[in-house]
Amino acid sequence: MKKLLCVVLLASALAGCGSDPDEQAGQDREVTVRLVTHDSFSASEAVLEAFRKESGIKIEVVPSGDAGELVNKSALTAGNPLGDVLFGVDNTFLSRALEADLFEPYESPALASVPDDLELDPEHFVTPIDHGEVCVNYHLPAYGSSESPPPTTLAELPQARYRDQLVVENPATSSPGLAFLLATIARFGEPGWEDYWQSLKANGVQIVAGWEEAYNGSFSGGAGKGDRPLVVSYASSPPAEVHFSETPEAMPSTAVMEDGCFRQVEFAGVLRGSSQTKAAQKVIDFLLSPEFQADVPLNMFVFPAREGVELPDVFEQFAARPANPLTMDPARIDEGREEWVARWTELMLG
Amino acid sequence: MRYLRLTAVLIPLAFVGLFFFWPVANIIWLGVGAQALDTLSSPRTWAIVRFTFWQAAVSTLLTVLVAIPGAWALSRRFRGAAALRALLTVPFVLPTVVVASAFVSLSGSRLTTWASGGIVAILAAHVFFNYALVARVVGAVWAEMHPDLSAAARTLGARKVAVLTRVTLPFLRPALAAAAAIVFLFTFTSFGVVLILGGTRWSTVEVEIYRRTAQLFDLPAASALALLQLAAVGACLLALGRLGRNSAAFEPAGRGGTRAARHSRRALAAALAPAAVLIGVPLAALVTAAFSNSGGPGLAYFRALGESRAGTTRFVAPLDAIANSLTFAAFATLVAVGFGALAAAVIAGRRRGRSAYDAALMLPLGTSAVTLGFGLLITFDTPPLDLRSSVILIPLAHALVGIPFVVRTIVPALRAIPPSLRDAARLLGQSPRHVTRRVDLPLVWRSALVGAGFAAAVSLGEFGATAFLARPDRPTVPVAIFRFLGQPGPLNRGQALALSVILMGLVALVVLLGEVAGRRRQTRRV
Repeated sequence: MKKLLCVVLLASALAGCGSDPDEQAGQDREVTVRLVTHDSFSASEAVLEAFRKESGIKIEVVPSGDAGELVNKSALTAGNPLGDVLFGVDNTFLSRALEADLFEPYESPALASVPDDLELDPEHFVTPIDHGEVCVNYHLPAYGSSESPPPTTLAELPQARYRDQLVVENPATSSPGLAFLLATIARFGEPGWEDYWQSLKANGVQIVAGWEEAYNGSFSGGAGKGDRPLVVSYASSPPAEVHFSETPEAMPSTAVMEDGCFRQVEFAGVLRGSSQTKAAQKVIDFLLSPEFQADVPLNMFVFPAREGVELPDVFEQFAARPANPLTMDPARIDEGREEWVARWTELMLG
Repeated sequence: MRYLRLTAVLIPLAFVGLFFFWPVANIIWLGVGAQALDTLSSPRTWAIVRFTFWQAAVSTLLTVLVAIPGAWALSRRFRGAAALRALLTVPFVLPTVVVASAFVSLSGSRLTTWASGGIVAILAAHVFFNYALVARVVGAVWAEMHPDLSAAARTLGARKVAVLTRVTLPFLRPALAAAAAIVFLFTFTSFGVVLILGGTRWSTVEVEIYRRTAQLFDLPAASALALLQLAAVGACLLALGRLGRNSAAFEPAGRGGTRAARHSRRALAAALAPAAVLIGVPLAALVTAAFSNSGGPGLAYFRALGESRAGTTRFVAPLDAIANSLTFAAFATLVAVGFGALAAAVIAGRRRGRSAYDAALMLPLGTSAVTLGFGLLITFDTPPLDLRSSVILIPLAHALVGIPFVVRTIVPALRAIPPSLRDAARLLGQSPRHVTRRVDLPLVWRSALVGAGFAAAVSLGEFGATAFLARPDRPTVPVAIFRFLGQPGPLNRGQALALSVILMGLVALVVLLGEVAGRRRQTRRV
């Protein structure tokens, strides 16, 4: 059925290329807004379709690599953008995106229902859409008895009982890896974080390039059945374990250490140079609408920015909601990142 | 006639110029500045360059050594040879992440611990990925070697070793050099293998360019490194081009391989043993894992491909992904074979400047995919050439990487045709066009098919700059695999494995079809 629809749409689009002006005008009533985003973007077709019917705006998704590549590509094409709306710049890349002058300011009325602590850009070049927390996850069976409790704070990770148990991602190549490094800097300060990492190193921390290798390769709770029961992942990884299991009634075999989580906030903005700013602004409103926000958790495994959105059952049951996640000012992240990563590389891999 | 030749020279060059040199020059120009000197003079840069050269050289040497017995085996005719050739090509297209996880599921995590940060793992993976290249490119030429040649040498009193070093190896030298050149370029620009198996301790120039461009936004440093990479690759290409030249020309057997004698069965098995261990075992582990559900063997992961996540923008119907992959591959192969064959005819000639011409066409293979991808992004950005998110850039970028394979497989075969054969045909009154069609074409057909097979495999395996383009929603099989790997949950990994198995089947099928086409051509000729 969907195929058929596509064929019909394609045929009518081709017909629109012909010379019949009336028909073209008819086509013009529906506009297409291109949403440039990262490869992890996902949304329900039904939600997008309902929006199209109601607003006459069709959203075309253009995946453009991971979050870093997305921002860099947009910076290279600033003013002559790849689309009309960008979704997926997070607080670790925010300063760079703002500096590159990617966006047109727009203050969405929907912001009224978003908590203030997510609004990191007072000038409204970007709008917060969702947030997720990077936390240490642990494999439950490895910590079954009272003699071997799971770690509860960052400070416990260098203890001898967790020797050779933790796997982390390289902050130079991985977004959760960078978030975890920032968490340790936010917690232990400068230069305290360096001592902390040295003690992790002495305790046998394993470093891999990216989340896939850490979670699916080294982590014993992941599908790859590695031998490390502690991994840097997300507060929403346990619900994903259940949602993507073979049997729907499964229980997660992983849990979240709620201390030392780092908050990542994802933003969207109208791209400067878009030829349809009005429609693009409507898309921003839509991204904050209750319908889209309720659709966010099971698609991208992050939390909606909007308050009062009902979460799906797996999230209610198994996702961690760390009370006081660590944060850092985007400007400070941008200023310190390269030096911190270089110093970290020296410490851990040098 | 002269105009014809000039056109043959210019058409491939124009294509590579438009879609490679122009965008690459653009992005380098954007970033290059005084800061380039800082990057080029930093000791870290030189440590990376040293490591890049070193690992590429060792990987190439190892691959050639391991694959030569395999090349001999593939040049024989025996039952199942075609299937074997197809199977050996499979690793070539597999995403690195999937292969790494196959290694892991194979021997538990001790291997991962050992492998992460292990130089041994990098080298082993490079041999795993590139074995087929050497075995097939060399094997195709070896099959054309007339058996009388070595027999004559032996009758004249040459020992077996002497036959190998004085007759066989000189005959194979152009093919060996060609295959080695490609392996060298591939490993020189190794990205996924080094990033994942290198466990962050090792870095190649390619990985560093990626880090600088996509993660640190340090375009000046990235440009300096890209220039450095281009210069290094260019120099290597010219040197390797010399190695492959002045090949001895022998009367080809033209029968497409000698039938394996009964007594050499054991030799065949021995020659293929390294491949069986190195390639067969991990592949078998991968396939087993794809069929291992929580409750025992089953098809749950394959079934889930059509259901899980249906109705979301992230969903890719497996058939759509396969159709997209095949469409891109067909288009890319067509372009690569067309331009590649023209270029091969030019390069095989004895004209001046052909080394530089050859190197120019090979450069895309040795260039950072990030550089090219970002270059394309800022180059084709104004109408009517706003191709940035056009579907067409994908197969074109694949074709850029495919052309060197076609050139590299056809040139040695063309050079192996003795001039006397063409002279004879001409003497007998054939027109030049007829000589090409009746003499050259039949003799290089087999090699051309090998090249086409690799061009198709390159596209199916999604090599090159396309990963860095902003792509419209036409997900291919590798893209779909990566979508699954990005989220937790056993079903996601299972589906990634299932799709990998489908990708393996797809490649094997495409290569097998090429084999069958080649054989039909052979029989018609005899």
